[in-house]
Amino acid sequence: MSGATSLNAAQVASLSPARHYEDNPATRDRPWVKWSILGISLAFFAGFLLLPLATVFVEAFKKGWDVYLAAITEDDALASIKLTLIAAVIAVPLNLVFGVAAAWAIAKFEFRAKQFLITLIDLPFSVSPVVAGLVYVLLFGAQGLLGPWLDAHDLKIVFAVPGIVLATVFVTFPFVARELIPLMQAQGKEEEEAAIVLGANGWQTFWHVTLPNIKWGLIYGVVLCNARAMGEFGAVSVVSGHIRGITNTMPLQIEILYNEYQFAAAFAVASLLALLALVTLVLKTLIEWRAALNARDHQQESAS
Amino acid sequence: MSIQVQNIRKQFGNFVALDDVSLDFPTGELVALLGPSGCGKTTLLRIIAGLEHADQGNVILEGQDASGTHVRDRQVGFVFQHYALFRHMSVFDNIAFGLRVKPRSKRPSEEIIRKKVTDLLKLVQLDWLADRFPAQLSGGQRQRIALARALAVEPRVLLLDEPFGALDAKVRKELRRWLRKLHDELHITSIFVTHDQEEALEVSDRVVLMNHGSVEQIGTPEEVWNAPKTPFVYSFLGSVNLFHGRAGQGELEVGEQRVNNPDDAIRPGAEVIAFARPHELDIDTNIQASHGILATISRIQAFGITAKVELEREDAQQIHHHEVEIPLDRLIALQLKGGQAVRLVPSRLKVFEQTKPVAADHYIAAGI
Ligand SMILES: Nc1ncnc2c1ncn2[C@@H]1O[C@H](COP(=O)(O)OP(=O)(O)OP(=O)(O)O)[C@@H](O)[C@H]1O
Ligand SMILES: [Mg+2]
Repeated sequence: MSGATSLNAAQVASLSPARHYEDNPATRDRPWVKWSILGISLAFFAGFLLLPLATVFVEAFKKGWDVYLAAITEDDALASIKLTLIAAVIAVPLNLVFGVAAAWAIAKFEFRAKQFLITLIDLPFSVSPVVAGLVYVLLFGAQGLLGPWLDAHDLKIVFAVPGIVLATVFVTFPFVARELIPLMQAQGKEEEEAAIVLGANGWQTFWHVTLPNIKWGLIYGVVLCNARAMGEFGAVSVVSGHIRGITNTMPLQIEILYNEYQFAAAFAVASLLALLALVTLVLKTLIEWRAALNARDHQQESAS
Repeated sequence: MSIQVQNIRKQFGNFVALDDVSLDFPTGELVALLGPSGCGKTTLLRIIAGLEHADQGNVILEGQDASGTHVRDRQVGFVFQHYALFRHMSVFDNIAFGLRVKPRSKRPSEEIIRKKVTDLLKLVQLDWLADRFPAQLSGGQRQRIALARALAVEPRVLLLDEPFGALDAKVRKELRRWLRKLHDELHITSIFVTHDQEEALEVSDRVVLMNHGSVEQIGTPEEVWNAPKTPFVYSFLGSVNLFHGRAGQGELEVGEQRVNNPDDAIRPGAEVIAFARPHELDIDTNIQASHGILATISRIQAFGITAKVELEREDAQQIHHHEVEIPLDRLIALQLKGGQAVRLVPSRLKVFEQTKPVAADHYIAAGI
């Protein structure tokens, strides 16, 4: 469930030690060991990852380009795409601001409930999304705690767009914060202090000193957060109510189409999500590459 | 600008980092804060800058209580122990930062900023590095850029936290002369932290010696060197030989042996600690003599202008190490050799009455 992979130095630096290990005859393994390990992992990769991904696209285009195009431009499909985008557009910036604020608080201030806050941030990772969805239903649903009050004011949250947005915010809440906390903690607050002594105000310090230092971690967190926001199924499924054209996000739409045996259409919409995954991966790799360059510069700095 | 700190106290949890520290830094002076690691130097400097809040006491800048003044309005230049250069900014942008973040009404034009940064780069003799990033600089260069960055905003005081801490001995020496020269040109009230006694004595107008969060002595380098006020100061400034003993009439008893004690301010019978610098001890080969402390030579280093003789002495089941410096011809005249038993005769002895028991190791660690 924990989708937070971290952009840490060990991961970034892991390439060169491997090469070192390989080049050194004293530590080099026998060829058959190397090739069988490589073979196993590649076969696994092909069988469990590449094959399904390819299947999505093959199935999507099975009945031709026209059917594909018709499937993704059909009203309900378009509505689901729109809703998914809305949820992401609200959830991602919200969690961006929250994540930066939480990471800032944890890394740069001393307070008592710090450890508790760190634990709390992980809550969405540790609890099942279905439970998260249920909590919202229990809170805002017709029989829920706030249900009567909402009803009286003619506000609808569960089985409506606000509920979907709330559930999405909840499940994607840790991505940015999780990414930034170790990064900001490692960087300490000396540069910020230097900026303040030089006369910078809080905003200038954040904008000119802190932000550039956490830039790559932040983008990385946002990319992962976005991928999850668009792909979330469990929590959204509980609060959605599956009203066609209104409360169906792309993952929900796919499920419905599939259950109605409209395989081509289901796979067509699925292919869009798969495409998103691929774009995310490319972005992620690019960011890691950039961050690795940065990390190397900083290693030089601390080494000399 | 003058700086006064009055009765500053700072605690981290139960640990007292600064205990009732009061100091006066007159305008235009270069003062060294000297003390062993962890004695509270950085903490004091941060409190003066406003980066840390004192539990008690006041910081007074130019006669005015600065407690309510925000860090950014105190106009202090701070050079951090680990430089804290902005890593994603070029050297030029680092130095220009303080000018660029000024409120629009006070901000100089980009043209003036450029000129000023170029001048500062020339001042620190690194004008060819303007486009580099901090990661591409050597330690000594980073140090000077950090200084230039602090100077850019024309601070009223300059606080330097171990500015040469991370550098090798040679660069250190160069930079400390350079700092002195720079201070003589600019005359900004400066406090610089160091735990290197040689550095403090060589560069500063005045030295503040700190230990365990309190001030031990303040004075010019000559004063603290020639007239150390406390055992700590004596042992911290250079190598010393340490003797525990009891005061007698014009004498000192060290174990079974006696030495002359010219200091008559000590009341007879008091437990004392006596110090002698290596060059203040002579060696007497006549072990039958009535005065002098018995010791055994463990090693002789006969190179340089003076010879160094290392000795060992057992007292109260503890081995004490001593170091004596004598002229080379005296060494030859005495015909000393390793393993020989001799008497140590101090020509000058600094005696402190021992008020509380102090572990001998404490002084040895700081001294020899
Ligand atoms: N934020 C903090 N929390 C707890 N203890 C602290 C904190 N900052 C400093 N201390 C403690 O206060 C004491 C003084 O620290 P300080 O950094 O002033 O020492 P220093 O004299 O600058 O030492 P050094 O020469 O090693 O830099 C140390 O024992 C340190 O452990
Ligand atoms: Mg320090």
